[in-house]
Amino acid sequence: MTAAVSILNISQRYGTATALDAVSLEIAAGEFVVLLGPSGCGKTTLLNIIGGFAEPTSGQVLIGGRDMAGVAAKDRPTTTVFQDYALFPHMSLRDNVAFGLRMRGASRADRATKADAMLALVGLDGRGDRRPHELSGGQRQRVALARALAVEPDVLLLDEPLGALDLKLRRQMQEELKAIQRRVGTTFVHVTHDQEEAMAIADRIVVMNAGRVEDFGPPRQVYLQPKTLFTAGFMGEVNRIPVTNGQAPFGPVPVPDGTLCLRPEAISATGSLHIGLCKVIDIAFFGTHVRVHVTPLSAPDLALVVHLPQSAVPEVGAVLNLGAETFVVLQG
Amino acid sequence: MRALSWAYLALAYAFIFLPVVVLVVFSFQDGRLPVPPFKGVTLDWYAQVLGDDDLMAALLNSLLVAVVSSLVALTLGFLAAHALARVRLPGSALMRGVLIAPMTVSYLIIALGLLTVFNQMGIRPSLWATGIGHVVINLPLCFAISYAAMGDHQKNAERAARDLGAAEWQVLALVSAPMLAAPLAAAFFLSVTFSWDEFIIAFLLTRFDVTLPVEIWSMLKSGLSPATNAVGSLVFLVSVTLVFLLELLVFRRVK
Repeated sequence: MTAAVSILNISQRYGTATALDAVSLEIAAGEFVVLLGPSGCGKTTLLNIIGGFAEPTSGQVLIGGRDMAGVAAKDRPTTTVFQDYALFPHMSLRDNVAFGLRMRGASRADRATKADAMLALVGLDGRGDRRPHELSGGQRQRVALARALAVEPDVLLLDEPLGALDLKLRRQMQEELKAIQRRVGTTFVHVTHDQEEAMAIADRIVVMNAGRVEDFGPPRQVYLQPKTLFTAGFMGEVNRIPVTNGQAPFGPVPVPDGTLCLRPEAISATGSLHIGLCKVIDIAFFGTHVRVHVTPLSAPDLALVVHLPQSAVPEVGAVLNLGAETFVVLQG
Repeated sequence: MRALSWAYLALAYAFIFLPVVVLVVFSFQDGRLPVPPFKGVTLDWYAQVLGDDDLMAALLNSLLVAVVSSLVALTLGFLAAHALARVRLPGSALMRGVLIAPMTVSYLIIALGLLTVFNQMGIRPSLWATGIGHVVINLPLCFAISYAAMGDHQKNAERAARDLGAAEWQVLALVSAPMLAAPLAAAFFLSVTFSWDEFIIAFLLTRFDVTLPVEIWSMLKSGLSPATNAVGSLVFLVSVTLVFLLELLVFRRVK
């Protein structure tokens, strides 16, 4: 099952502090949306409001067109995967996964069948009799996912579910999460502060900062055409170059005034936006690319970070002729 | 130095257990008085005690009062602890204090207070009245143990249970209480032993049906006898069994 979620003008205040400031979002049914932002940006608060764990100061949440005001968490068509898994340690994995079905009055046999099927979905078939403490962190996270999906929610909320896993496992779980979402078709709303994770799994990314939505769009758009300087900086490394009256520090550029944002990998020897001759200051080999610090000869105070292909072997002090392939100009 | 510490340990245990050992040894006395010299071993006194209907009735009464009052104290204490640990209430520090306060009041004072109140309310001294008295003395203990065991870990599991559709009583019965099984069992067994041994409240608040300590007291009034030792040994055996159960069922599992 699946449903659309509408966030209409939601604000949340705690005393004088504003956690959310008039946030509005339209999430389509079956979409995988990631709420992305630094800690304290309000993403978890928003998730709690969708899940019914907090009442907003003002504004409305509609799930499948139904107003959720005054509907408790237990009666909402949402379930949550918590960061610390929150499994029931005194129950077997099967009973953990079947808990929601038990609360809905399903018979013991039906519950067991469904729970085993859900465990199989997350790759834990045949482990139904184990206890949570016998599992690794990644496996516990899978059980938490199976438990939340077992009741066939319209919307699944994930609160930094991969935060406690090591990097390699996190990348693997991201792929599985995406595959499972495609299979069940449920709307997923996933909170993270890891922009790589967001790009790896999201259909659309909501970038949040200080209680507001900064940007909302597919990963490609949010990364390549960010709407704000915050988004540009949060989605990845960026060289910021002030442009006034068509003049950048290294020379004239054919762009409007503002801040010219260049991603390190967008700068190359063949780029069309001309930067000019640059001197290499520092070099580091990163495996997938070569990270180089350069300064344009025409603007010695300006430091740029450039990612050159793996095959490039520049030397410190060498002079390269560089240009940018893609760029965006933002105000502010 | 090492020998000295062992001697100290032995002395300490001797100090604690010598009276109990003497009690148990003379319950087997083949003679009319439980005093030295030891004249030989017999089980006659145990046979007499186990054949005594009044004593056996008192023993059953004691068990009943201990189990029921401990269950009530545990339920109330757990619910109070859960509420005070989870919900932010004005004056919750004061409420905690008031709940624990009866621990500091002597059993005699509690018994006298209850006796006065029950008299005015027209409640006759009975096993029920004693049971209520034992709830009063054990509730603070059950509350304190439950409250100390409440942690954020359970809090998140409770949240998850609610999220999955559990009503509040289901959260308590299926998640909160089972997650705290070990401390709750500890509180229960301690309450049972306290109630099982308790004399003053039971003495003042029972009349026709009495608990075992009260029955033993009336036996003592008619003079020393190895039979009293035999009852005392049986009481001690029950307490020890409870402590062993606690160790075996609760603390082993926690490790």
